[in-house]
Amino acid sequence: MMTRLLGWVDERFPLTSVWKEHLAEYYAPKNFNFWYYFGSLAMLVLVIQIVTGIFLTMNYKPDARFAFASVEYIMRDVDYGWLIRYMHSTGASMFFVVVYLHMMRGLLYGSYQKPRELIWLLGMAIYLCLMAEAFFGYLLPWGQMSYWGAQVIVSLVDAISPPVALWVRGDYVIADATLNRFFAFHVIALPLILVILVFLHIVALHQVGSNNPDGIEIKKHKDPTTGIPLDGIPFHPYYSVKDIVGVVGFLIVYFGIIFFSPEMGGYFLEENNFIPADPLKTPPHISPVWYFTPFYAILRAIPQKQVGVIAMGLAVVIFFLLPWLDRGIVKSVRYRGSLYKTALGLFVVAFLILGYMGTQDPNLWYVNPVSRICALVYFGFFFLMPIFTRMDKTKPVPDRVTG
Amino acid sequence: MMKLSTWNQRIARWVAVGLVLLTQSIASANSLAVKLDHAPIDPTDTASLQRGAQHFMNYCMNCHGAQFARFDLLTRLGLTEEQVKKNLILTDAKIADYMTVVLNPKDAKAWFGVPPPDLSVETRVRGSDWIYTYLRSFYRDDNRESGWNNRVFPGVAMPNVLYELQGEQELKPGEGPEGQHHASLILAKPGKMSPQEFDRFTADLVNYLEFMAEPARETRIHIGYFAMIFLVIAFFVARALKHEYWKDVH
Repeated sequence: MMTRLLGWVDERFPLTSVWKEHLAEYYAPKNFNFWYYFGSLAMLVLVIQIVTGIFLTMNYKPDARFAFASVEYIMRDVDYGWLIRYMHSTGASMFFVVVYLHMMRGLLYGSYQKPRELIWLLGMAIYLCLMAEAFFGYLLPWGQMSYWGAQVIVSLVDAISPPVALWVRGDYVIADATLNRFFAFHVIALPLILVILVFLHIVALHQVGSNNPDGIEIKKHKDPTTGIPLDGIPFHPYYSVKDIVGVVGFLIVYFGIIFFSPEMGGYFLEENNFIPADPLKTPPHISPVWYFTPFYAILRAIPQKQVGVIAMGLAVVIFFLLPWLDRGIVKSVRYRGSLYKTALGLFVVAFLILGYMGTQDPNLWYVNPVSRICALVYFGFFFLMPIFTRMDKTKPVPDRVTG
Repeated sequence: MMKLSTWNQRIARWVAVGLVLLTQSIASANSLAVKLDHAPIDPTDTASLQRGAQHFMNYCMNCHGAQFARFDLLTRLGLTEEQVKKNLILTDAKIADYMTVVLNPKDAKAWFGVPPPDLSVETRVRGSDWIYTYLRSFYRDDNRESGWNNRVFPGVAMPNVLYELQGEQELKPGEGPEGQHHASLILAKPGKMSPQEFDRFTADLVNYLEFMAEPARETRIHIGYFAMIFLVIAFFVARALKHEYWKDVH
């Protein structure tokens, strides 16, 4: 009966062949390590955000008069509304945690190098979309930080072109019109683009196959009779089962935060965002949520605002060029020399310090000087990359993957 | 034997402290002018929450509202609807009504310069330690229009509405050139309560404010333990499953 049904479907839709091509007979390198969990985890968080978002939309009101109250209504009067809301707010931050680690994996093992440039570009497009999605979503609770954070970011557009800023806001300040359009972008426009981009990201990945911690192409060594890569194992069941371990490990952290510290000390939910938005009262210290702070620190480190905006934009966009900036002959950090290792280490440290500086009051004496040094390291990593990756003394890459 | 709820609370506190320390250890470098006292509150102490609710209705709600909370919230504190209606609703509000402010905002602005803030989620803005210290830090200041000033919030518009209970404090500058940083508050005129009684009073009030700011808090932590136990077991099951499947991969 089931075989006949499957046959009926297969005549009309490539069900079995898609299953085989992308899961049961998609051969992934057998030596994936811890860093390889974050791709599937990012997809998990995307699904969590969409599902919790749908339920939040049922009770949220995108109206400047009712938005803040409707969030409190969800927290108090909707059955398990608090859980749905915390899952969504924590999910937003965890999305960035997972995506940053996923990108770090790419840097460690050269996953952006030929032939995976398109995967990287699509991934960067996802990252940009995610930033826009988070920015639009953060206005919706209509707290003081929602309001003034949006005010600051749109004022950056204002520094470049005032008419465009006016067009984005739909008013001369952040107002009801802004809230309505941000809501539209947040709940339909960007999620739709995100889902499409994720689909394309995976299609591109399955076209060339996954990289691995050794940075070796497993397709070079195939079994002569079956044509299956010798170092490859079918994604399903091996990695589907392994990813369950990653998923449950992730959920322990994720729900640990939700149930025991949903504000995460003010980093996931800021204290000031429990004050309703007040257009007449500027908070003394405005800072974006943690996942934007590295770029915010670069913006503030530059005294001239227009230049700062351009530098901030460049700090994000420059990631797109990575496949062509890297002139290294090996992919994985395992076989790179000390130059690349040092540069990558410095870059990661600079990124983390920038992130911390972005949360701090800019009037503290150390904030701007330290941010400037770290911004130099940050850009130096990219601008000098064609030089140090070529000069680097690499080690010989083994023929087959090493466990 | 220790009550289970006390243990729950202790573990919750440690978990919370651990997570917060993780992120905030460096961030706390921003020094505050006044050291805040730790609010001695216990969210599982129903009697304290009931007293706090009463204090809130009697002393706060004339000027402050809690417009996102409904009166029926109080039935979660072991009180019946009848008890809430009879003892805690001091206006003609219905049980399902929001705790809106009695004071007209125009009058408020005229009297205080700013309308008193809504207190629904105030502990999530300021933190319970801040409010606990603030309410106990008023002192007489003749330079202020209200006659009162506050150590934690200098120049605050709010007068000391609790002075009948607390008495009147005065600010005594410390010794030396940096004296104003070490100033201390002394009780110049005692009130109806002893300092210990007043501390208890304030703590109960803050306990209630914390409950009102996030009524789901105790449920959240309670479910959290079961979720964690379930997930940790699931983790080991998943790992065992992975090892079973991966036996033939070398």
